[in-house]
Amino acid sequence: MSFVSRGFKGRSRDKPRDARVPPGQYVVHDFPVLSAGPTPQPSLDTWTFSIEGEVDETKRWTWAEMRALPSETVTRDIHCVTKWSKLDTTWEGVSVDTLLAGVETAADYVMAFCDGGYTTNLPLEDLTGGKAWIAFAFDGEPLESQHGGPARLLVPHLYFWKSAKWVRGLRLMNEDSPGFWETYGYHMYGDPWLEQRYSGD
Amino acid sequence: MTMSEQELRLDGNAAAGLLQEVFVHEVTSVRGACARCGAVGEMGAQHLYMTPLSPGAVLRCTSCDSLLIVAVRTGGRLRVGLQGLVWIELPDEGAAS
Amino acid sequence: MVGTALQRRLIWRTAEVVDLVDETPRVRSLVLAVPGWPGHQAGQHVDVRLTADDGYQTQRSYSIASPQSTDERLTLTIERLDDGEVSPYLARELHAGDQLELRGPIGGYFVWAPALGGPLLLIAGGSGSCPLMAMLRLRQAAGSTVPARLLYSSRSLDEVIYRSELARLVAAGSGLEVMLTLTRAQPPGWTGLHRRIDTEMLQSVAWSPAERPWIFICGPTPLVETAASALVDLGHEPARIKTERFGPTGG
Repeated sequence: MSFVSRGFKGRSRDKPRDARVPPGQYVVHDFPVLSAGPTPQPSLDTWTFSIEGEVDETKRWTWAEMRALPSETVTRDIHCVTKWSKLDTTWEGVSVDTLLAGVETAADYVMAFCDGGYTTNLPLEDLTGGKAWIAFAFDGEPLESQHGGPARLLVPHLYFWKSAKWVRGLRLMNEDSPGFWETYGYHMYGDPWLEQRYSGD
Repeated sequence: MTMSEQELRLDGNAAAGLLQEVFVHEVTSVRGACARCGAVGEMGAQHLYMTPLSPGAVLRCTSCDSLLIVAVRTGGRLRVGLQGLVWIELPDEGAAS
Repeated sequence: MVGTALQRRLIWRTAEVVDLVDETPRVRSLVLAVPGWPGHQAGQHVDVRLTADDGYQTQRSYSIASPQSTDERLTLTIERLDDGEVSPYLARELHAGDQLELRGPIGGYFVWAPALGGPLLLIAGGSGSCPLMAMLRLRQAAGSTVPARLLYSSRSLDEVIYRSELARLVAAGSGLEVMLTLTRAQPPGWTGLHRRIDTEMLQSVAWSPAERPWIFICGPTPLVETAASALVDLGHEPARIKTERFGPTGG
């Protein structure tokens, strides 16, 4: 990189100063929005969340039923594959453990599916054990639609494209299968600490 | 339409630079046909997402919102998905002039 | 064809800022010298790439405001958005002699040339007038008498970019009409339009659909969407309406 734009500093960003920031990331203080399509505006009257696929019986919750489940408030760092990280983000949501309680399955993988057609794949074990939530609030406010509201998947230990916006359910699968960005060359797993950005990383 | 959607969507012509890397030809002025709804239009008139906020572009049909072209930089490679286009019509450089 | 074929593969070029023109309190034009510049069409844009000293890079697209010329120069017009990442740098920090990386010309969709004919209906919101100005400058430079109308929505008269040049182009009598609508503040005695662009305004400004004008709309997304859908409702062919929305990074 030889060319430098004299006097150009760029967006406010901090160099990774501590062990909390994965390699190749910089810390931002705003909340960038990325979207691959129109922002869905589902009606909460007809919204449902489903667990389906390789399960004994499909489970489904309405919005009211989802909100009646016990929720947790968690504070985590999030890491976007486009290289921004945001520290200490606070979310409220239902643990995926709560939703999977009583679900019988031999599946090892999950495809999260969403309004608007977006999908992303994850190992089931990355959604259990207190590592993932269906989040409906950010910073104490209802999750804005541009950030995935009414509800998004939150899996903060993986790159943030795995935290699917506008999530409507989890399809359990015996075999791993690529979701939207994974089809176009993003990593099947996406561990920010290993810089698993693209397939082959 | 929400403000957020308005802010996130551009015209396909804003992806002209990236698409020219892919096709070498300038393709925002050429026509293509949507594989889902059959609508025919110039690529520059379609809806564009992700650019310039990410290292890629998602071009969607203005008629039905389905994917036409996805072009993503993945660390030294540029992966291009074209499943949403039945055809795209480029200038015939081999034609006698 | 050797030597005359369009150079199609985009390469990053180093441009030098040779002049700065303050157009309005928030808008500055950059005149750039670009060695090897192959020329461009009115309405095309360039990608500008900025690199910080730690290697951080960011990129934006800017319409070219100058018409085609053979002097390997082009003009970009930048509106400064105070919370933007790039526009304050381009519109305030840069001075003559600085260098910029850019590639182009880019785009073949949102372009007009005299050979395309008219009538030519241009609709601008704020700094969306930039690529449209390239079309009007080209029209004038080429001696075209294609009937042309510019409907330009601006918050106030002071914020109208290229104001005196537009007045000169109109006075040249080549069949250009310019209509301003001032949406926030009007000078004393203003008798012109003073509301946001709407269907009624477009109906009075646009030619009839039967005259099949070429229509180019550039500006903030709400203005572009309002104008484009109103023109379709008025009976204009969607294929003759070309739009360019401002980007989501806003600066």
